[in-house]
Amino acid sequence: MSQFAPPVVKIEGITKVFGQGETAVHALRGVSLEIEQGEFVAIMGASGSGKTTLMNILGCLDIPTEGDYWIRNLNVADLDEEQLSVVRSQLIGFVFQSFNLIPRTSAAQNVELPLAYQGVSLSERRKRALAALESVGLGDRGRHEPQELSGGQQQRVAIARALVTNPAMVLADEPTGALDTQSTKEILELLHKINAMGSTVIVITHEEEVARAARRMIRLRDGQVVEDTKWVA
Amino acid sequence: MGGLGLREVWRFAARGITANRMRSSLTVLGVLIGVSSVIVLTAVGNGSALAVKQGIEKLGTNSILVMSSGGAGRFSRSSNSNAKGLTIADAKALNDPATAPDVKMAAPILNASGTCTYGNLSSTPQNITGTWASYFEASNSPIDKGYYWSNDDVVAGRPVVIIGTTVATDLFGTDSPLNEVIRCKGQSVTVVGVMKSKGSTGGFQDADSIVIAPITFVQRSMSGYGSLSQIQVEATNASTTTAAMDEVTTIMSAQHKIKAGANADYRVLNQASILASSTTSSHTLTVLLAAIAAISLLVGGIGITNIMLVSVTERTREIGIRKAIGAPKSAILTQFLIEAMLLSLMGGISGVALGVGISHFTVLGVKPVVSLTSVLLAFIVSALVGLIFGGWPANRAASLRPIEALRYE
Repeated sequence: MSQFAPPVVKIEGITKVFGQGETAVHALRGVSLEIEQGEFVAIMGASGSGKTTLMNILGCLDIPTEGDYWIRNLNVADLDEEQLSVVRSQLIGFVFQSFNLIPRTSAAQNVELPLAYQGVSLSERRKRALAALESVGLGDRGRHEPQELSGGQQQRVAIARALVTNPAMVLADEPTGALDTQSTKEILELLHKINAMGSTVIVITHEEEVARAARRMIRLRDGQVVEDTKWVA
Repeated sequence: MGGLGLREVWRFAARGITANRMRSSLTVLGVLIGVSSVIVLTAVGNGSALAVKQGIEKLGTNSILVMSSGGAGRFSRSSNSNAKGLTIADAKALNDPATAPDVKMAAPILNASGTCTYGNLSSTPQNITGTWASYFEASNSPIDKGYYWSNDDVVAGRPVVIIGTTVATDLFGTDSPLNEVIRCKGQSVTVVGVMKSKGSTGGFQDADSIVIAPITFVQRSMSGYGSLSQIQVEATNASTTTAAMDEVTTIMSAQHKIKAGANADYRVLNQASILASSTTSSHTLTVLLAAIAAISLLVGGIGITNIMLVSVTERTREIGIRKAIGAPKSAILTQFLIEAMLLSLMGGISGVALGVGISHFTVLGVKPVVSLTSVLLAFIVSALVGLIFGGWPANRAASLRPIEALRYE
């Protein structure tokens, strides 16, 4: 958390337009942000505010129509497809609303997968996957397949999968959207824990309760930042 | 694919294949049918080529045949007034070791037609052949029972015959015909020997439907003293056949007073030329059969493309997840290619097993001969089929944009 480290995320004047002409939808209308290493940020907004589009761009899943995006000094616009896959593999960890675990594949294998794509050896992969599962409290569930786990457990496996590569940031898109109150509480505690260990966490949500768990809240409306508040937890 | 490792690749492919077992096995079946038909049909082609070749070889590889070109045998005079038929003198001249050192022996052949009877049974041989005793050696005709008649019998013109197995069966069934007197073309003749069966030569001729008698007897009692049907010549060995044919041509031209460059009234043939033309035609058959089989393999390949497209569509979301967590394009491509190759190899292996199995049986009257080349080729091609026909769907999967793949429901 050195003050001299480059920001994890720096975007300037990002716009995103879907479609053309009269049917064009302006999902983002000039968004600029900087997110430092170790921050816990909640991006809020109503449905249609552009928050998912922003998340997809931050996750290098989609490209902006205009504007610049740097991840740790890397200009994303300069990267080709192979390089983008390396960025996703090494710098970004995803947590989705619908968990998105690979079906019929054990929890441990799901967690190992990002390491496999990085070319980490099998024994090293096993060790790190087990450690990640233990850190989310599922050390004993490695052999279970997704359909044998509850929603909250599946989301914890997904968080372990996002953490296992030690990414620069964890991007969570409505991580509690499909969970009950108890599981929501557990997931938020978990996100807190991994943030406390030094990871940058960015949560996209429309729930105030989730946003309160963060220490900075960015509110989007009609594709523009309308509020950016930091507080000390 | 970096450290993706065999296990992960295998697991991905196995999951794709076992997700819908019926669908996968039908795809495998397509390749199986293609591969096994390649193996069986080329084996049938090879088998029939071999059968034809063996049939011709049974006649003797050193054999040379001299025929009249003015028409067949005794009718030559009537069809070509200038042509001189083949004579006993020609056959004698060809037996001269001074002018024909590469000729082992030459025997005149005079064919007559007629029916043979024994009691109330009868048989109509394709030929009643009059020849010399040396014919038996020249024509590669081993004897099964009894003995060959000799040159003494030829000189004396004795009514003795060797019969083929078809005639023996027609007249005697399973009884021994030896020393029995039968009537051929109204003449009483004594059976002294039965030839070994030559089997079918692949044509319409039954080589076993034959009666062989001394030429002097056939001339006197059956056909008259006209010109010969042909002269059977045997070279000293297979490698001298060409030299022997040249010698035969020289002697025959001298005998028939054919000037250099003029059209000869005889033809000299040998097995090699017959063999060459039949090999060409059976090769054509093999290629044709292989082409039919290749088409069915192609259809099997299209089946793979189809099933892989379905597999890619069904797993679009999974591809999106994998890309989001850092899968490079090459990893997705490899995984789908392995899945396609696994499908086609399963078809390939079972197709080889089935094809080789079927080839143990007689197919369409032919004993198939499996060639190792066709097995290897079919196997390699089946792997390539997976690679080529799976390549397009795999590439489609790998090129999906992560955001679109993730949104896919």
